Amino acid sequence: MFVPIAIYYVIFSYIPMGGIVMAFQSYTLKGGLFSSPWVGFENFDYFFSSGKAWLVTRNTVVYNVIFLTAYTCFSLGAAIFLSEIQKKWFKKLSQTLMFLPYFISWVTVSAFVYNFLNYEYGIVNKMLEYFNIAALDIYSETSYWYILLPFLYVWKWVGYGSVLYLAAIVGIDQEIYEAATIDGATRFQKITKITLPLLKPTMIILILLGLGRIMRGEFDMFYQLIGNNGRLMDATDIIDTLAFRSLIGTADFGMASSVGVYQSVLTLIIILTANWLVRRYDKDQALF
Amino acid sequence: MTTTSNRKINSTPWFAFTSYAIVLIIALVCVLPFIVLISGSLSTESSVIKDGYWFWPRDFSLDAFKFIFRYPQDVLSAYKVSIIITVIGTTLSLLISSMSAFVISRKEIRYRNVLAFFLFFTTLFSGGLAPYYIWISRNLHLSDTYLVLILVPMFNVMYILILRSFIQGSVPEPLIESAKIDGAGYLRIYLQMILPLSKPALASIGVFMVLAYWNDWWTAMMFTNNNNMVPLQYLLYKMLSSVNLSSAMAEHVANLDTPKETFKLAMTVIATGPIILAFPFVQKYFVSGITIGAVKG
Repeated sequence: MFVPIAIYYVIFSYIPMGGIVMAFQSYTLKGGLFSSPWVGFENFDYFFSSGKAWLVTRNTVVYNVIFLTAYTCFSLGAAIFLSEIQKKWFKKLSQTLMFLPYFISWVTVSAFVYNFLNYEYGIVNKMLEYFNIAALDIYSETSYWYILLPFLYVWKWVGYGSVLYLAAIVGIDQEIYEAATIDGATRFQKITKITLPLLKPTMIILILLGLGRIMRGEFDMFYQLIGNNGRLMDATDIIDTLAFRSLIGTADFGMASSVGVYQSVLTLIIILTANWLVRRYDKDQALF
Repeated sequence: MTTTSNRKINSTPWFAFTSYAIVLIIALVCVLPFIVLISGSLSTESSVIKDGYWFWPRDFSLDAFKFIFRYPQDVLSAYKVSIIITVIGTTLSLLISSMSAFVISRKEIRYRNVLAFFLFFTTLFSGGLAPYYIWISRNLHLSDTYLVLILVPMFNVMYILILRSFIQGSVPEPLIESAKIDGAGYLRIYLQMILPLSKPALASIGVFMVLAYWNDWWTAMMFTNNNNMVPLQYLLYKMLSSVNLSSAMAEHVANLDTPKETFKLAMTVIATGPIILAFPFVQKYFVSGITIGAVKG
């Protein structure tokens, strides 16, 4: 009963791993994988000397660290405030609304962003116009995107994250809170002295697991929102989008495959490190 | 379960008020774009061009939708493709995922951890996009087939591991033992015990799989060129990204009176609609899926 999935993973994952040799070849369509000429580390030389390597690594890491931080803070906050809410219908309704963004594709999100930020018809600029403030040209100015991308990431994931943390909050023993009430603790004290410390293990595990994904930028998000917008590229190019453009846009197989290998190796190192940390912190939560 | 005790604890009204206010704000921020989208799609093109998008329809009109359904072939064909790959893909994926989850959950299988790692390793390391693309399109010749749309997004190792945990946790060992003593083979145990008993987990994972298939545009962009094989999200992407719609809506949209802006919105509504409408009904599976995944072990 394991055979079907074994076949699948051999064909769709393990055999393509052998394609790593491409990174050391000057791949030609005619020669294919087996008779393209070998070029050693030339592709990597090119990738690193183009200056792209540092740029995309920096962007990938910086964005993902910001995403992870913002996501953790907002999900935690949303979960804590949700847990304070007594009215069941309100809690349910607001949770449902918070989940909506998770359900839609990044293609749809890009339509939303366009509705709001479009230079001519966007809501934001129409409002600014109403207050006689000059319109923002968001699609050609990089600085907005440092805020906008994390915002959208949180927007899409906050419902998901809040469920995770809410489940942990519900699991906290109510008697602790009752004891604190008797001792005269305020609501705020209960959160900082009871809820947050008790959620720390969950937080740490989720952050460490999130670290493992740090080299895989959100390709869907970046590609749908930025696409091939040259003016935003330097600020928003990540490893995945570079690999994708090298392959599909310019058919630069050498670049595409060396970027892919670079990413795989970094991912492997980071996941192993994160897993080692998880294992040290809480053995049962380790991935392997 | 804790509402009564909570009520006693919650003695500071201003804090309760703040909680309501903050949750309300977050919820509104999450839902407002949907409202803008729908009202935009229900406005006339001229009002959008003159006054921009707004939170409610200005100059209500169904022109954009009418325009799309004047030549419904593209949209209907995209729906067909999306539904076919979602139904077949999710069914196959659930079946095969749960079979393998069952195998790696059995203690008597000596190499079960090796098998689990065999699956898991694929999330740690890969050959990268370029070899994958070349292997699938040039060597396997899967481009422009339904097969590629179904196979590429088919499995998620995390879901298999979640199913394994679920099977380990909720199918009683004595039940399986006694079935074996009665002479049932693994296939029979799987079909008659594991499948029915893991219904809650299958429902949750199923929701995630449906979502993955329905929202997948990447596979189609990478591996298809055929206009009859465009799933909904990819059609939407093509329409949003093309300056003039003609390249997306093949032959029909040569005329110039196209309501471009509202057309894009209406198309987004059409592509997103089914997921949003189904959402309230599947939310509970979705939530339980996240929590099964969270308490690993």
